[in-house]
Amino acid sequence: MLGTGILKGMVETAKNFAGSYHDPERLTTVEYPEQRIAPKENARQFPMLIHDTEDPMKGLRCVACQICEKECPPQCIYIVKSKDKRADYKGQMQFYPATFDIDISVCMSCQICVEVCPFESIKMDTEFELSNTDRFGGLLIHKEQLAKSNEHYRKIHPADAAASDAVLAAEVAKAQAKAKADAEAKAAKAAAEAKAKADAAVAGTVPAPATSTAPQPTSPPAAPAA
Amino acid sequence: MTLSFAILAGLTVGSAVAAMSLRNLVHCALGLVLTFAGLAGLYLQLNAEFVGFTQILVYVGAVAILIVFAILLTRGTEPANEPAAVSPWAGLPVAVLAFLAMAAAVLASPVGKRLAAPVPEVSVKTLGQKLMTDYVLPLEVLALLLTAAMLGAVIIAMKDKEDLQ
Amino acid sequence: MAEVFQAIDQFPVTLKTWLLGHAAGVMPEWALPLLSAALSITPILAVFPLLFALTTVIERKGLGRIQNRRGPNRVGIPLTNIRLAGFGQFIADGIKSLTKEDIVPRSADKVVHFLAPIALLIPVLLTYSVLPFGRNMVPLDLPQTGLLFFFALGASTELSVFMAGWSSRNKYSLLGAMRAIAQMVSYEIPLILSALTVVMIAGTLSLSGIVESQAEVRFGFLHSWHLFTPWGLVGFFLFLTAAAAEANRTPFDLPEAESEIIAGYFTEYSGFKFAIFFLAEYLGLFAMCGLGITLFLGGWLPPFKFLGFIPSWCWFLGKLVALILLFIWLRGTLPRLRTDQLMGFAWKFLLPMTLINLFVAGLWHLSVTSVPMTVRWIGGFALLAIPYWLLGRGFEAKVGKREYRFAN
Repeated sequence: MLGTGILKGMVETAKNFAGSYHDPERLTTVEYPEQRIAPKENARQFPMLIHDTEDPMKGLRCVACQICEKECPPQCIYIVKSKDKRADYKGQMQFYPATFDIDISVCMSCQICVEVCPFESIKMDTEFELSNTDRFGGLLIHKEQLAKSNEHYRKIHPADAAASDAVLAAEVAKAQAKAKADAEAKAAKAAAEAKAKADAAVAGTVPAPATSTAPQPTSPPAAPAA
Repeated sequence: MTLSFAILAGLTVGSAVAAMSLRNLVHCALGLVLTFAGLAGLYLQLNAEFVGFTQILVYVGAVAILIVFAILLTRGTEPANEPAAVSPWAGLPVAVLAFLAMAAAVLASPVGKRLAAPVPEVSVKTLGQKLMTDYVLPLEVLALLLTAAMLGAVIIAMKDKEDLQ
Repeated sequence: MAEVFQAIDQFPVTLKTWLLGHAAGVMPEWALPLLSAALSITPILAVFPLLFALTTVIERKGLGRIQNRRGPNRVGIPLTNIRLAGFGQFIADGIKSLTKEDIVPRSADKVVHFLAPIALLIPVLLTYSVLPFGRNMVPLDLPQTGLLFFFALGASTELSVFMAGWSSRNKYSLLGAMRAIAQMVSYEIPLILSALTVVMIAGTLSLSGIVESQAEVRFGFLHSWHLFTPWGLVGFFLFLTAAAAEANRTPFDLPEAESEIIAGYFTEYSGFKFAIFFLAEYLGLFAMCGLGITLFLGGWLPPFKFLGFIPSWCWFLGKLVALILLFIWLRGTLPRLRTDQLMGFAWKFLLPMTLINLFVAGLWHLSVTSVPMTVRWIGGFALLAIPYWLLGRGFEAKVGKREYRFAN
């Protein structure tokens, strides 16, 4: 009969109304600033820059290659390359960003910068309390605010961070293996030369064999070798 | 001639003039609504409460809505710039006739003869009884007319089954 | 004891007479009627907008609870930690809407756009003047035309809705206005026809007269509210349905359907004018509830004679709050109708039902002496229930369990 459905619905809403007072399980929302829901692992807000050292500015993984700047669909990244170079975590000499700004009022959190970064340098942060009274300057985030430690990254995205660490470790291992192979080749060459020299000249001064100049990095998060 | 009468009469006549002279049809309709409201106020001043409120209910509540709906549904609301098709003087005979009819009515009434008007105790009950006894024929004719108009509207609004296919 | 209750009951009336008596000495003769009017108006202007403000908070809290949320619970007294369970919210809302920029669209019809909210609020406020809020508490007693006055003013709000929608030069506004007018015109007929049953039985258009016609006591304790009759019960629910449509309440809130046409006819209003629309809408709902209370729920009369010690105006306000809560509950329960369902419901269900109800009320009145009570009750209900069932069949949900073709 007409109206029975309405009555049924009203009983249902009345149950919800009364239930929400005595059964806290029903309440799906929390009182936000005081209570917080544990963040989801796959949450993402805006990009951050990962650094490996105590001093964020010195340990940025970013080498200012500007791929993210070019790929960013809304063009919210602005990078100025440094004039000089410094050694990266592998000890390789690289440029570093003199300026790295992200306009988060423009950023659309698409994560394309993360996908394209070959240096595991730019990652997505989960920080969302970014409201600001300055709608232009306050939402333009500089590299000082963007720099986050790798520990932070491990904390918010454990799985991704582990994968990222593995990639870097592999890079380092590769670099070390190469350096070692180079050094061995050099040493062998030097030894061969020395032997030849020794064979050739019985007497006289022997030049010292070239020692390995390759750095000896320990692990990716550790300080890059000088 | 009290102050309230002067205000109401001024409002009624002024808004009637506005309703005739404004170019935007919706403004004209709104002016007409003000005229209706002013007339209702005049009825109330004459202690004809029932007629006054019925005037608001029927004219402001229904007739005005009908007018604005007709305007909205039939044509644009932009003010038309073309001059009126008929000379304004064509309205003169109508105005004269209407004036004569009203003047005759006023002169025939006790007011015209400067006599004290009889003050009947008109209640809603007597109004209803009059409608159902003395004036039942006009009432029924009106009902028939309205029914015919409604049927006509339904027939116009009805879609032809063949047209659809 | 009875005198004390009597004094509390008549307190507003005595206060007014006392003030008038004192003013008579100091004020000129011509100013006294004005003062008397002002003294009658002030409580209305104080109580009902305050009730509106509280209703906005209660509504949001109630809807929240219905949806298993908490609703507003933050705003209390500023600069302190006292939260008052969120009941300071309306003050914050009020300050916000009063200080907001008033934006008028460039192509809007400025004058009509400005006049529309005023033309809406004035008739709504005027309707309160004929409602009897308590014993001897009716600001303007129209013994011949009280109910007609109410409906005449209620009908004139339609025009201001049109003014708002048309003058904004916005398609959503215009759509909202067209919907609002079509809906209000359609539902006005069942509204008036369902109220007419009471007029037939009570034999008067005066609202205080209608309340007094329900004062008779049955079985020694029960006041004879019109609700306690077959036609009254059905008439009350028909009235309530039509009133919800007149006041644009869910499930009849098509004129301002947020998900379809933004805010309907007041899309282009902001700040203070928007607040006026909001206020007028709720005040219109309260006035409709007040009329329903007066017509069917005995006005300021208590349901039982032994509860008569509670002041009459408390009864009126209590019933009003109960009806408001019912409307909030309905809003939390029902989805919005479609336009064709809306019109079909008015013309194919409500109108025939109100006409049948009118007929039943006539039979009830004619058989008052000749037919025994039980026969009248059973006959009355049968005469109403059968058409209800027959007419209602067309409006029942026709879909069974929904099948998702592509999902399976």
